[in-house]
Amino acid sequence: MRYVKPDSFENAAQLLFDSTGITRILAGGTDVLVQMKAEMVEPDLLIDLKHLSGMREITHENGGFRIGAAVSGAELGEHAGVNALWPGVVEGMELIGSTQVQGRATMVGNLCNGSPAADSVPAMVTAGAIARIHGPDGARDIPVYEVPTGPGKTSLARGEFITSIYLPARPENASDAYLRFIPRTEMDIAVSSAAVSLELDSKGICTEAKVAIGAVAPTVRLVDDASAALIGTSLDDDAITKLVAAVEAACSPIDDKRGTIAFRTKTAGVLAKRAAKIAYARAGGTS
Amino acid sequence: MALDTPKRDFKIVGTRVPRPDGIDKVTGKAAYGADITATGMLHGRILRSPHAHARIISIDTSAAEAAEGVKAIVTSADFATPDDAGIRDIRDNCLALDKVLYDGHAIAAVAATSKSAAKAAIRLIRVEYEILPHVTDVDAAMKPDAPIVQSGRAFESVPAGMSQNVHSHVEFGHGDLDAGFANADKIIERTFKTAATHQGYIEPQACMANLGADGRGELWCCTQGQYMVRENCAAILGIEASQLRVTSSEIGGGFGGKTTTFIEPVALALSRKSGKPVKIVMTREEVFRATGPTVSTSMDVKIGMKNDGRITAARAELRYQGGAFPNHTVEFGAQAAFAAYDLAAVQTLGWGVMTNRPKEVAYRAPGAPTAIYAVESVVDELCQQLNLDPLDVRLLNAARKGTLSAYGPTFNEIGLVATLEAAKNHPHYTAPLGENQGRGLSCGFWFNFGGNTCVSLNLNSDGTVGVVEGNPDIGGSRASISMMAAEELGIPYDKVRTVIADTTSLGFNDVTDGSRVTFAVGLATIEAARAAKNEMCARVAKLWGIDTDAVQWEDGSVKPAGPNAGEHAPMSIADIAAIADETGGPIAGHHEVNADGAGVSFGVHLVDTEVDPETGATTVLRYTVFQDAGKAVHPDYVEGQMQGGAVQGIGWALNEEYIYGDDGLLQNASLLDYRVPVASDLPNIETVILEIPNPGHPYGVRGVGETPIVPPLAAISNAVSRAAGIRLTELPMSPPRILHAITQRRDG
Repeated sequence: MRYVKPDSFENAAQLLFDSTGITRILAGGTDVLVQMKAEMVEPDLLIDLKHLSGMREITHENGGFRIGAAVSGAELGEHAGVNALWPGVVEGMELIGSTQVQGRATMVGNLCNGSPAADSVPAMVTAGAIARIHGPDGARDIPVYEVPTGPGKTSLARGEFITSIYLPARPENASDAYLRFIPRTEMDIAVSSAAVSLELDSKGICTEAKVAIGAVAPTVRLVDDASAALIGTSLDDDAITKLVAAVEAACSPIDDKRGTIAFRTKTAGVLAKRAAKIAYARAGGTS
Repeated sequence: MALDTPKRDFKIVGTRVPRPDGIDKVTGKAAYGADITATGMLHGRILRSPHAHARIISIDTSAAEAAEGVKAIVTSADFATPDDAGIRDIRDNCLALDKVLYDGHAIAAVAATSKSAAKAAIRLIRVEYEILPHVTDVDAAMKPDAPIVQSGRAFESVPAGMSQNVHSHVEFGHGDLDAGFANADKIIERTFKTAATHQGYIEPQACMANLGADGRGELWCCTQGQYMVRENCAAILGIEASQLRVTSSEIGGGFGGKTTTFIEPVALALSRKSGKPVKIVMTREEVFRATGPTVSTSMDVKIGMKNDGRITAARAELRYQGGAFPNHTVEFGAQAAFAAYDLAAVQTLGWGVMTNRPKEVAYRAPGAPTAIYAVESVVDELCQQLNLDPLDVRLLNAARKGTLSAYGPTFNEIGLVATLEAAKNHPHYTAPLGENQGRGLSCGFWFNFGGNTCVSLNLNSDGTVGVVEGNPDIGGSRASISMMAAEELGIPYDKVRTVIADTTSLGFNDVTDGSRVTFAVGLATIEAARAAKNEMCARVAKLWGIDTDAVQWEDGSVKPAGPNAGEHAPMSIADIAAIADETGGPIAGHHEVNADGAGVSFGVHLVDTEVDPETGATTVLRYTVFQDAGKAVHPDYVEGQMQGGAVQGIGWALNEEYIYGDDGLLQNASLLDYRVPVASDLPNIETVILEIPNPGHPYGVRGVGETPIVPPLAAISNAVSRAAGIRLTELPMSPPRILHAITQRRDG
């Protein structure tokens, strides 16, 4: 195995592009190193990117925040600005692993690991987060929603990697929330999850809504019918009933050791309901 | 050995002195199984079966032998044939004989100059298999047409015509069951199932073996019993016990799981073949796939009760699978099931069953938690249906001194009634409950054990004392034993140091199991101290020129017994030790015993849970453990045992399980998907220690290590069933299972 610390994004892209064997990128390493130790993967090339420019920085940009790909969960969690703007994104990231893992784990690593159960992804999707990708042809931006394509798979082309995530600005009276179900209280993988992002008008009527569910399909799913159920309401019982029905209809989970199809579907609806109520309260709504 | 006196004022016993191993453990200095290295050491690695059940047609090691760095490869052909059938099973579990019997069963092992060379070589071993049908469920394995795990292993007690997987049958009880059930106002009969669980010790098994060409061996390993390891390994390697010295490392948990051998004979065989020291450290995945979890069970319980709560008859039928080899766990379960009750008519039947799973090993009170879970669940449901207080019903039916126990013996002094009364009088029992909350309780019982024990106590020339004992310290025994030695000698605790001997330094000691060490080693330590005191009295009498019975021991000194003995200044231990060379040489005391009188143990657990009706998630809100410790030598450690048992029981009740797929392979061989509780899952576990002296120990000590894992399963199931409004009959009560039960209740 070769370990390389390239001195620029360009060189990193070239190294990745030229590599013929198994390649892994090291940001936080909380997936890669565990997989190596468990002998699930033996990379031929390990590329360390966390020292490159901007990788460990959170910068204010056009009312939103650009978060470097090697910013840890602990650093994100202590950033007052991101917490105030996108609390659901922060709480999703902070649910990953233990305090020790939080010192290394990154949102981009979580995204690129490609797990349908990735805790940081649903709230990034409902936030409309944008991933900045570097590759042999330079940089491009795509929605985070378009990055995962299936378990363990992403849409990134050969030689490409993500250098930052952009969380956009948002209006007043808006907020988000993320919830997951795990059999324990921490140190676990989501059996189902839901993120909700809401914008309210001055009367507490929902003007914009996004609902994403995790661990119930091959990738995180945005549920448009669930958004429609909330828009124009103040999350009354009828709206919530429709939200739950829309979420349950959008689930196509698997039966496995972590949960049954019925359980995942039912709890995804419950979590979406509860996350919507939290986001609504955070956005200043009173019901 | 009898209790000295029912009431005694202890000076050291009962205090909370610093633990002697504490600083080493928190600074990382303590040497565990994997922490030792030797010059020229090789790394061992084991090839394991990818199949649940297969015949081994051939093993081709030629390519692996030719690989760089490989110094030895062993298979079952490198082992001897022990006389003892039980040790032959251990051998065949260490390296498969002609069939692999479960996913993860060891087949061959490599010793190489590096870990990576050993790993690469393992992949070069070619095994040809004939895959056989498999069975992993206990009820399926009992069916007459089930795939046969092993033939010809059934004991005579098993009736003809059953599957050959059924290897044992036991029955206990007394009284007229039919009359008892006919006399009942209410009868409930239920079937229960429980999943296999793992002890969850933090430290994976690890060892380093050095077996030279002269046939003399040294073995360092993480174990609950170095003598057991020596007996097993000597028999499996075909060497004499005297030729193998086994030293136990510091141990990172065992809970019964380290009362056998998995890797030690393999490392010794590799060392013998390579002529080099060989170290083997199991991975966590290997620990799950190929060490010993507990049994999984299927059980029927039927209990009849009068309207006033008196039990008229009780019957249990237990079916336990313990993996691919015979085991006796169901016998313990069948004996323990109704131990907390004074019953006129009771019967328990037990069936031991083999399946294509790893060989079961003890896990704290083996066999009892599951049986008592089933019994205490039915008792709770009867209380619900008859609208009776569950503590009053247990008090009404409680076993006490003079009760003919359900498994045969008549009880002596036992602490059950006092423990139940303590629970009833505790504020927890009457604290208010909220919506979706339920309170559960359960009694628990364990036999406790004494066993073979040797202790030497050496008086140093400066008056300090060294105690040498032969049981790995798994629950604070070095502290407790030092405390009992100090108490008996009348010297401060910090003047005593207790060490764990290797197998050549003391006679045979039984494994650290059966909650035996504080009881039995403590008893032998007290006797060894008394022998040393007698010797010190004799030395002083000699010095003073008077008869031995003219001196007496008092407050850590030898004094004249009375005015007729003459005027002599008392001599302390330090005074006597300083001139020992002038009075006859070094002074020591020792004691060897096969201790009995361990005294049975009872506990009661009280737990409040809240169940989320929308997700099936359970929160444990409050938990209180009541247990009779006889005499708590070091209360911190006793509380730790009580809390630890409760926590392991919470995991067993709610989430822990071995999950086998239809392919017979273990699906969750990691601590991610084998869910032991994490700290944030738990409330503070409150403890109430009762002290009803054990008549069989000079200080009244009872073992406390195992009873605490017995009540949690039923206590939590009873709490969850009350919170969820539906009786749950299968463990673990994982959220999908609870949500399914709630949904079924709502749908009628």
